[in-house]
Amino acid sequence: MKSLYENEMKLEFLSKSNNEAFARISVAAFASQLDPTIEELADIKTAVSEAVTNCIIHAYEDNEGVITITCKIHENSIIIEISDNGKGIENVNMAKEPLYTSKPDLERSGMGFTIMDSFMDSLEVESILGLGTKVTMKKTINKENSEETKELEGKVFSSFKI
Amino acid sequence: MNTKYKDKDKLLIFEITEEIDHHTTEKIRRKMDNEIERYMPKKIVFDFNQVTFMDSAGIGMLIGRYKTIRMIGGVAELANVKPSIRKIFEMCGVLKIIPITNKCA
Repeated sequence: MKSLYENEMKLEFLSKSNNEAFARISVAAFASQLDPTIEELADIKTAVSEAVTNCIIHAYEDNEGVITITCKIHENSIIIEISDNGKGIENVNMAKEPLYTSKPDLERSGMGFTIMDSFMDSLEVESILGLGTKVTMKKTINKENSEETKELEGKVFSSFKI
Repeated sequence: MNTKYKDKDKLLIFEITEEIDHHTTEKIRRKMDNEIERYMPKKIVFDFNQVTFMDSAGIGMLIGRYKTIRMIGGVAELANVKPSIRKIFEMCGVLKIIPITNKCA
């Protein structure tokens, strides 16, 4: 089977809070094959931590369930899907609002989705009440370098034509 | 996490040594609240020198302790914050209420 992606991985683990570090470190280890900067890696770790914490606190509300992470690599981008079979989000747009939290008593900052959105290049949230939520995030690594390389390649190519 | 208390200045320093996420904040929060109650400081400093990771759970936890110290008439400061973590503080507007000082008093 030929895949569109150069590499893929899938992780499944229980929604225990001590798996938050496991999840972000595993995704960062997988992402490191794209040769990201320390800053890019920190962004990915933070975004994954936010998404996994949401599954634990909101989707399963401290009941145990399974969290699934799928990572795919295509060219120099990583696509990370984090999904649960929890209770779902009633109003995704409201949940994404900065500072909105459904659990103010837990000292939550309400910044989870805002951080995912700004640390990654794209963020998509699909949720069905009672069935679960899937968060898909994408980040292109070494963006500046790759654009420079393309530009350079273009120049070399055009000089060949002449 | 290690804590240091300087009686002369009524200064309580929290040297956080762990990665800060939803899992670790519960323990850190309990320890900080105990120490604040014990010393009733005028100032608390969150020393981030050894912190390599923090997500938004840390923001909620720090703002909670900020509210506590304000209630007893004290102030809070941050020290030795790395750029990757500073970015999160800036995004959440934390630095307006808990400023960063260059050194750990």
